[in-house]
Amino acid sequence: MIHSLFVINHLGDIFLEKHWKSVISRSVCDYFFEAREKAVDPENVPPVLQTPHHYLISIYRGKLFFLSVIQTEVPPLFVIEFLHRVADTFQDYFGECSESVISDNVVIVYELLEEMLDNGFPLATESNVLKEMIRPPNILRSVVNTLTGGSNVGETLPQGQLSNIPWRRAGVKYTNNEAYFDVTEEIDAIVDKSGTTVSAEIQGVIEACVKLSGMPDLTMSFMNPRLLDDVSFHPCVRFRRWESERVLSFIPPDGNFTLMTYHISSQNLVAIPVYVKQSISFFEAGSCGRLDITIGPKQTMGKTVEDLKVTVHMPKAVLNANLTASQGNYTYDFTTKLLVWDIGKLNPQKLPNLRGSLSMQTGVPNPEENPSLNIDLKIQQLAISGLKVSRLDMYGEMYKPFKGVKYVTKAGKFQVRT
Amino acid sequence: MDCSGMDAGFSSLRSEAAGAMRTVLVSAENLQLTLKPELSQEEQSLTHTNSSPKDSHKAGNEDLKEMLESNKESLKLEAMKRIVGLIAKGKSASELFPAVVKNVASKNIELKKLVYVYLVRYAEKQQDLALLSISTFQRALKDPNQFIRASALRVLSSIRVPIIVPIMMLAIKEAAADLSPYVRKTSAHAIQKLYSLDPDQKEQLIEVIEKLLKDKSTLVAGSVVMAFEEVCPDRIDLIHKNYRKLCNLLVDVEEWGQVVIISMLTRYARTQFTSPWTEGAEFDENKAFYDSDSEEKKDQTEAKPYIMDPDHRLLLRNTKPLLQSRNTAVVMAVAQLYWHLAPKHEVSIVTKSLVRLLRSHREVQYIVLQNIATMSIQRKGMFEPFIKSFYVRSTDATHIKTLKLEILTNLANEANISTILREFQTYVKSQDKAFAAATIQAIGRCATNISEVTDTCLNGLVLLLSNRDETVVAESIVVIKKLLQTQPTQHGDIIKHMAKLFDNVTVPMARASILWLMGEYCEKVPKIAPDVLRKMAKTFTAEEDIVKLQTVNLAAKLYLTNSKQTKLLTQYILNLGKYDQNYDIRDRTRFIRQLIVPNEKSGALSKYARRILLAPKPAPGLESAFKDRDRYQLGTLSHSLNLKATGYQELPDWPAVAPDQSVRNVEIVEPLRESAPIVGKTKQPKSDKFYSDDEDEKEEEGSDSSGSGSEDSSSSSEESGSESEEESSEDSEKTSSDSGKSSSGSEKSSSESESDQKKKKKTKKAPQKKSKPAGDSDSDENGNGPVGQASSSSSESSSDSESDSESDSPAPKKKTEEKAKPKVAVNSKKEVSLLDLDDFSPAPTNAPKPSVLSQSLLSDLEGLSLSNISSTVQVTTSSFGPLKTYELLHHMTGKGLSAKYHFPRQPCLYQPSMVAVQVILTNSSDHALEEIHIGDQSPASLNIHCFNTIERLEPGASVTVSMGIDFSDSTQAANFQLCTKEDQFSVSIQPAVGELLMASTMTEQDFCKEQGKLQGMNEASATITMATANASRQAINKQVLSVANVGEVPSSQNNFSRFAGQTVSSRALVLVSLELSESSGALLTINTEKSVMASMLLQDLKQAFAQA
Repeated sequence: MIHSLFVINHLGDIFLEKHWKSVISRSVCDYFFEAREKAVDPENVPPVLQTPHHYLISIYRGKLFFLSVIQTEVPPLFVIEFLHRVADTFQDYFGECSESVISDNVVIVYELLEEMLDNGFPLATESNVLKEMIRPPNILRSVVNTLTGGSNVGETLPQGQLSNIPWRRAGVKYTNNEAYFDVTEEIDAIVDKSGTTVSAEIQGVIEACVKLSGMPDLTMSFMNPRLLDDVSFHPCVRFRRWESERVLSFIPPDGNFTLMTYHISSQNLVAIPVYVKQSISFFEAGSCGRLDITIGPKQTMGKTVEDLKVTVHMPKAVLNANLTASQGNYTYDFTTKLLVWDIGKLNPQKLPNLRGSLSMQTGVPNPEENPSLNIDLKIQQLAISGLKVSRLDMYGEMYKPFKGVKYVTKAGKFQVRT
Repeated sequence: MDCSGMDAGFSSLRSEAAGAMRTVLVSAENLQLTLKPELSQEEQSLTHTNSSPKDSHKAGNEDLKEMLESNKESLKLEAMKRIVGLIAKGKSASELFPAVVKNVASKNIELKKLVYVYLVRYAEKQQDLALLSISTFQRALKDPNQFIRASALRVLSSIRVPIIVPIMMLAIKEAAADLSPYVRKTSAHAIQKLYSLDPDQKEQLIEVIEKLLKDKSTLVAGSVVMAFEEVCPDRIDLIHKNYRKLCNLLVDVEEWGQVVIISMLTRYARTQFTSPWTEGAEFDENKAFYDSDSEEKKDQTEAKPYIMDPDHRLLLRNTKPLLQSRNTAVVMAVAQLYWHLAPKHEVSIVTKSLVRLLRSHREVQYIVLQNIATMSIQRKGMFEPFIKSFYVRSTDATHIKTLKLEILTNLANEANISTILREFQTYVKSQDKAFAAATIQAIGRCATNISEVTDTCLNGLVLLLSNRDETVVAESIVVIKKLLQTQPTQHGDIIKHMAKLFDNVTVPMARASILWLMGEYCEKVPKIAPDVLRKMAKTFTAEEDIVKLQTVNLAAKLYLTNSKQTKLLTQYILNLGKYDQNYDIRDRTRFIRQLIVPNEKSGALSKYARRILLAPKPAPGLESAFKDRDRYQLGTLSHSLNLKATGYQELPDWPAVAPDQSVRNVEIVEPLRESAPIVGKTKQPKSDKFYSDDEDEKEEEGSDSSGSGSEDSSSSSEESGSESEEESSEDSEKTSSDSGKSSSGSEKSSSESESDQKKKKKTKKAPQKKSKPAGDSDSDENGNGPVGQASSSSSESSSDSESDSESDSPAPKKKTEEKAKPKVAVNSKKEVSLLDLDDFSPAPTNAPKPSVLSQSLLSDLEGLSLSNISSTVQVTTSSFGPLKTYELLHHMTGKGLSAKYHFPRQPCLYQPSMVAVQVILTNSSDHALEEIHIGDQSPASLNIHCFNTIERLEPGASVTVSMGIDFSDSTQAANFQLCTKEDQFSVSIQPAVGELLMASTMTEQDFCKEQGKLQGMNEASATITMATANASRQAINKQVLSVANVGEVPSSQNNFSRFAGQTVSSRALVLVSLELSESSGALLTINTEKSVMASMLLQDLKQAFAQA
């Protein structure tokens, strides 16, 4: 399946290579570089490429390309999903997934890759299993290791791989038993010039941080499970119980994991928390433009909108922006043409406003389309879909765990067309 | 992730700890520096090797050699780490091979692992030296620890040295028989490695694969199927016997294995089952798809209605839950399986999941969109409701945008075209010009596909001609050009319009294109074209080059068609062109002049001038780029690239006649357990295999006590639900075999064998019976005597009739079962087999014939089952009162039609979550009533399975029909309209709370256990007074059973009566217990999660006891 992996930084240097079958020369990457050059933007590189003898499937994560070399037919999503899983694992182990961190931990990275694939077929991709075999670097341990010559490789062998619940390691023990759940919902929306919603959907995810001893069996039920008609689960969730009773019943992995994700599609009505009044215009004469943006609350369910931010990708012709913000700060980066207005908390009494003039390059025809606005926001203690966890029960263990659920609503791909 | 519950004190504590850690770290760093200064220098030199010259690199390697040869573990480890660093960077470290290979037997696990990494990387280059390490692995293969065995096999098989092939072969064979599934999994991986190293071993390897395919462990399944796909994908025959097992295991296989298994099973199914794609009017739009194929089958399907092979259904059903997987590859695999295998009307269940994947990473989106693009060409309906999910955002990558555009175009139809065009208008203005151009193409395609909007689109495109951007204009012109070519009738108007616009259009490209159009269709606009030429003659010198060229073209064409008016103009323009600054234009002018103006020098060519210049140009196609992608299986690399990738396996067409399906039957060890239907088993075997596996494991490896211990507890808790179910069925069997002894000889033997089996069960092999998805065909076919049918319950025999391959219900056993615990036994069976019915129910809509048949059969069987129940009731629970019948429609209000209903207390045939209701319709009028059916329902969310329309009901006649209503465990009335040909009557069915239950059996022990779980909020109790006549157990049973459909729990205490049931829709346990106290009082307790139900049921029971 997966023959080789090359990790390439944004400059086009291959700084890591790993082969699971016989070695493939790195010159195979030249085809990729060619495509990379043609695409201009790294985002635009086609994920699947063909070369005379190989197929290249790549992902772009954190300014790095993970490029895998394939020799025979394989479902491309299989490879893509795996590469993302690799990147996720690095993120999980090192806190970030960047060139410096991979180069610094090259031995652990190599050990991980060795365990994750055997002959190109995924072997252990579950973070709990991997962590049992290869311990993540940690400040204290690296100190101890340098002093004692200890190692990062676990002395014990992973039992988890053998059990029915490979996602949970055995013999977990905590003094404080706690289970926290974050229900995060992101609103993806397109709002058109007149303020009507073109499309809106909610992407929800329940992230869990479970630190419970032993083998707890958790059951989570919702006040209104009918909202959820399109869901995907962590493998630990018992699907049949969900189908019959609409409760999540699971033996959780240890630590952080994504319990479920759900998607509430545009057929349902989605509340849009803010409205935007804007006018952006460019004048033919005098090569200047005017910009005026006001944001106000729309359907916030009585909560405050925080971390409000507006990002505008200006047309190339805009040289500079001379604006005044009634609240927050704005920055304009003339190389990337990115106007960022950081508002902060939305005060419904005094609506934030940004207005002023834009200076344009002379002699260049005016852009015919106004740039669209991307909105970022956050509302604490609210799941905009109305989803609510009603209770969480634990079976199988005797102690009383500390439980907590937090709701956050964020703007996902929230775009206002102008 | 920060958590709300965290208090401030805790976090401050944390930060303190972090601070302390940091100070430790700093001091430690100092320590390290002072301890090993020389090391840090080396590190520096290493990190600089990138830029530094080669000699330092060499020196570094020398150094490494020394370190490897030292005695200190830590030094060796350090050296190996740096070597791995070199390998990772792609630098050669092969000269260190001898030094490294010595450490292969090291005790230090990390060092050993790093040596393995090195060995696998360089063994191919240094084959002789690599052989030195082999003996170590051979020894490790015998290690008592399974992980060490596995890792030894992994490395041994990864060393690509041909000379060790025999050793590898031996090791693989041994490992394939290993007790540990993990080692067996590794051996499956090793098979592929050996095969790629030496394909001559194929035959031997296939033997190993065959053996491993029989493995019941979920760990092994994925890997061995992978090996199968790699080594012998054409040996379909190896799969037969394992097909059902693989289907049933699928949910529990790790996600990567799922992908591989699903794609293999897709291919398998295509060779083994007949096409479910029956010809039906409702699927007209798909006719194009596999056209020839379906044509072929037409005769056949008409001759014999299509019945899906139960194994085919099994595959579809068992893959469906995987649509909820978090792994996008699994979801895609299931989607393509449904696309290629499911009946057309079932494919749409994958839509939602595919749309969900669009939120994933960019690369995932790309692949999924490609597949949706292909799907949307053939099945617009699937994705049309989700059209908004394909709207483009300005932040999408270009290739994502183009794909979304493609899909939007495919989905466009008369109804939604206006919204789509409005979207397109926004896209046209996009700053991403490549995308804007693609949008214009898309508009063009919509215009040709949907004739209603052709004009609007053309007008819109014409407006775009005045766009400032060249790409947009050029694209518009190209599209207009195409549209005009495909629609020759409308030329005149639009060309005239364009001529009018001509003065305003400034972009040279657009002007040039208009000129080309004028020339091409000059005969359609005979008056305007010369005028345009006249204008051009005036401004010729000021025009851009490409406009000049087209002017010359236009002049030439006009000269040929209308030389009278344009002769002078043409000559003028040709003269201007002759002295133009640009040589292209001068050349063109010269050429045209020679071509069109006849003179003595021009040769034969000028005769053909007209044919050369005014040749009819073929209309360019406006087709989807994904039109022909359906030749590849969805989700494959080939599909993504639109070209056949190496190793791509063509998806075979459906066979015209299904191959023998009995090949998939597995022989049975205990022949008397075949009574359960094949498909009915599907639910349990999976979990059972789990168990048996675990237990095997435990027996095998007593040493790994901690591991297996945890496994055990987990599995038991995980399956607790099904376990209790199982136990209850076992329980019923026990009683059944007891009572069965008194009956005929054959019965005796069966019950005896059963009890034999029970013994086996006690030796912890309980699940055995279910682990056979068996039910062999021969006994099925003849074991179905008339007696058997009569006594078997309705749903089962109807499942026989519908899926006629699985007619299996040996009479005696069923009888005994029913005698002992009638409803429960039926229940536990039914619950499973009903699922099938549910799945089969769509079939009748496809082929009308079987529906009629099954309907009549069904009502026949209903009668049977009714009598059946009452008779069984007499045997055990003789106290069961007559069924309460409720009025649905009085014959006065119903204009002669009267309807009554009762709850037969049987599992519903249509869906397990429905409550079965029987309605007796009587015609008490003096004329026949026609077309009795169910009309509007409210609330709309209510799920009702209606009875089939009754064509005609004679005066005085009555008919019993059955319906299923999903009350969702609430006593809310189901309102619907009962319609005849002339009239409509609103009626409603209000279920008593007791009818929303299904009886279930459990042991007293279980009952108490479950009751313990349902305390507090979930408990409702009341003290009731009872008449002494009511105090007998029989009387109590009678009262309770008349109110609620619950099963009695055998009780050891005399003053306790216990009953258990489940709610029909959500399967929540409902436990009723009645404790008689001394003084004619009793404590009635109900435990259930559904507290509302509990209180209602309590009320009902109280009333019942009070009345009697």
